[in-house]
Amino acid sequence: MASFSKFGNDLYTGERSINFVGRRKVWYIIAAAMVLLSILLPLARGGFVFGIEFRGGSEFQVSGVADLGQDGPRTEAQNLAAATVESVDPAASPRVSIVGTDSVRVQTEQLLAEESNQVRDALATAFKVDVTDVTASFIGPSWGADITGSAIRALIVFVVLAAIMMALYFRTWKMSVAAMVALLHDIVITAGVYGALGFEITPSAVIGFLTILGFSLYDTVVVFDKIRENTTEDANSSPRTFAGSVNLAVNQTLVRSINTGVVAALPVAAILFIGAIVLGAGTLRDIALALFIGIIVGTYSTIFIAAPIYSQLRENEPDILSHTKKLESNRLAASTK
Amino acid sequence: MARSTPVKKAWRSLAWLGVITVGLTGILAYGVIFDQASWAPKLALDLEGGTQITLAPKLGAGQAAPSGEQLDQAVAIIRQRIDASGVSEAEIATQGASNIVVSIPGTPDEETLRRIESSAKLEFRPVIFTDVAATSAVEPTETPAADDSATPTPTPTLATTSTAVPTDASDPNWVSPALFDEFTNFDCSTLDKAETNVAPEDAPLITCEAATDGTYTYKYILGPVEVSGETISDASSGLIANSQGVSTGTWGVFITFDAKGTTQFADVTQRLSGFDANTDSRNRFAIVLDGKVISAPTTQAIITDGKPQISGSFTQESAKTLADQLKFGALPISFTVQSNETISATLGAAQLNSGVIAGLIGLILVVVYSLFQYRLLGLVTVASLIVAGVLTYLMIAILSWRQGYRLSLAGVAGLIVAIGFTADSFIVYFERIRDELRDGRGLPGAVEAGWKRALRTVFAAKAVNLLSAVVLFILAVGNVRGFALTLGLTTVIDVLIVILFTHPVLQLLASTRFFASGHPLSGLDPNALGAVYRGRAQFRAPVLSPAKSGAGREAAKRQTIAERKAMASTGTDARSSSKPSGDRKDS
Repeated sequence: MASFSKFGNDLYTGERSINFVGRRKVWYIIAAAMVLLSILLPLARGGFVFGIEFRGGSEFQVSGVADLGQDGPRTEAQNLAAATVESVDPAASPRVSIVGTDSVRVQTEQLLAEESNQVRDALATAFKVDVTDVTASFIGPSWGADITGSAIRALIVFVVLAAIMMALYFRTWKMSVAAMVALLHDIVITAGVYGALGFEITPSAVIGFLTILGFSLYDTVVVFDKIRENTTEDANSSPRTFAGSVNLAVNQTLVRSINTGVVAALPVAAILFIGAIVLGAGTLRDIALALFIGIIVGTYSTIFIAAPIYSQLRENEPDILSHTKKLESNRLAASTK
Repeated sequence: MARSTPVKKAWRSLAWLGVITVGLTGILAYGVIFDQASWAPKLALDLEGGTQITLAPKLGAGQAAPSGEQLDQAVAIIRQRIDASGVSEAEIATQGASNIVVSIPGTPDEETLRRIESSAKLEFRPVIFTDVAATSAVEPTETPAADDSATPTPTPTLATTSTAVPTDASDPNWVSPALFDEFTNFDCSTLDKAETNVAPEDAPLITCEAATDGTYTYKYILGPVEVSGETISDASSGLIANSQGVSTGTWGVFITFDAKGTTQFADVTQRLSGFDANTDSRNRFAIVLDGKVISAPTTQAIITDGKPQISGSFTQESAKTLADQLKFGALPISFTVQSNETISATLGAAQLNSGVIAGLIGLILVVVYSLFQYRLLGLVTVASLIVAGVLTYLMIAILSWRQGYRLSLAGVAGLIVAIGFTADSFIVYFERIRDELRDGRGLPGAVEAGWKRALRTVFAAKAVNLLSAVVLFILAVGNVRGFALTLGLTTVIDVLIVILFTHPVLQLLASTRFFASGHPLSGLDPNALGAVYRGRAQFRAPVLSPAKSGAGREAAKRQTIAERKAMASTGTDARSSSKPSGDRKDS
């Protein structure tokens, strides 16, 4: 409460300062460890699990089912079909819909021929129809290689344009580089958590990742804008070193970063918990998990990765170096007096 | 008064916001009353269900089933065609060995089905011979495409030249007696049942021209393909203008060829324009789509720019359909609709309800947190979010009417996440105001100064978001486009709200006694923000190292009247709160 706004005041004035830039080695080591884990853990689990939208799967159609005209029986039929399929293969993640007025369509992960037959039998029994009324076929990926291809192309174009835009706006390419490193860090870790938990990659999850991409860059731009302000407005007449100015900017925007992180994460957390606890697996959980991790990591990486890297990239520029040396000798002179 | 200007400006901004809101509501109301719009946004396949269309390949006798590669190619092309008609987030997949299943929200009309199933293989073939179609169908009296009503002129040379080698595509030597016999007995109605490619590209083709009502008016013997549809680089539809540039009121398709097509087309038109347009049907150039003639105009001039236009019996709809089909290329094979059934939602109402409940809970949490952090200022956040919500809702309803946008569960989640993005603009702004207050400005000054700095940051950051939305929308296909639209929409509305609502409201609030005096509950209390320490100087100016008494005097000089008043009224607080500052140093 009051202490939090005092915290904000102290950060603003420099009364209290957290040394984000100076202790960068620690953050780098933590980031490297996290990235390494994000790569190793999913690998240990045997790679990412892609949903049927990407890989295709099995499709069953039960025809000749009576009483599917009303909403009530329809929902019942959907639940029945899902339960039936899961009783044969709990990992099949069935998607059930009603086709026309008397058919039930079930799409599942790709099943083996034997399992497929079991599912057919089970569905026929459950819906009290003949086995011949249950057809099984292969359904191709609805998220085909063409969507992935175009999405990746769009992504590359976006990242390149964003880097150019930031370089133009901030008048230095070094900010773009720092932002991109942080972005990569966020994506790898978010994907890593997904892989480590063994969550299926669905189109919703991909869309979640894309949102994170935007959020990560967005958050970095907000903090970098303050850094730009602090480092350009008084430049060489500043009583602080360049690293000090960067650090002050990060501290001054820390309250903003915390508030934004919390405000962005709260609704997502609500979706995540309602989605996961009430509904189990599904679109909401998929997208919310990617977003939840991404928002936290995105906010974190701006402060702990992007800003220190930017400072490091520029510290050795001649102007900044001479300014730093001058300040150091002044301080030395002051202390020996 | 100095203060009257921001207040006036604030009211003007709010008035603009009102105009925009009323305008959007009016547009939607117009759509609801006079068109098929509805007040609620339409829902996507996962929430509302739609129609499942099974497409089976249209195979001629002895034609092999399409390969997996051809099917994948067909899926990609069909997806682009559907995307071109709006942002409906269709699901398209191969099924079994040779079928394609297309699931789209809502009920598709004939036009949509045609857009999906036909191959759209376009060919340009020269006319060698033409005759009135001898079908039982009543022939329409008006035949706009063939105004120079070609008279059947069976030349005696036909029968004797069957063995001669044709020299070019217009050469009557293509027509052997056998072919001519086939032509004479050709029944145009068989075209409806035939497969797409009724003749190889390097052989003559017998086909007919269909009128708007589907009956056949003319039949043709056409030479081999001279320009193929693969050389089309772009296509669009529009009203055709005559040579004076005045619109003729008929719809047509405008084609742009690539370099190869342009050369080919110029060569052909040069040859054909050598024939007399009034007496020789070989002057005509047939545009053949999926084996049927769309139109066979006369060649009046050599077309060298590679941009011909196709007129025919088009409606606005069918012209757009053909343009979209040509743009994305022909399907490797034509399909026929095998079944067309309604399909229920896979997720249904339960998921949507949970999503909405989650969103509300999230919103309440944001409200509580904002009030906690920013006191009454938090209410400005809440009000801004509500206004943003109203505008977003209106825009989505309008987009689902005009652009076929459908709200999927992922879209709902995206909108919930947008709460965070939108709220950040306010947070950036509020923190800037607080920074200015800490620097010792009065509230109205702090609002204006903070606004200038915040706006720059907000613009830069939102520009990144908008960039990603625009790039993804233009370059990506399928679900990703829907996402990009949502992101772009919320970003634009967010900036609009900050400029036209949040800032004006703060300008107005800054002129009230409650906020200007820095009431502890206002969230802009200079005391709580550390501005009260300015008397002791060391917390006053962050740019200076501690304990420079000169800065304190300077700070006092820079105080505005309002600040001095605030100082005086809270003088006791200032003294008492200087003690905890000592405690803090210990901690």
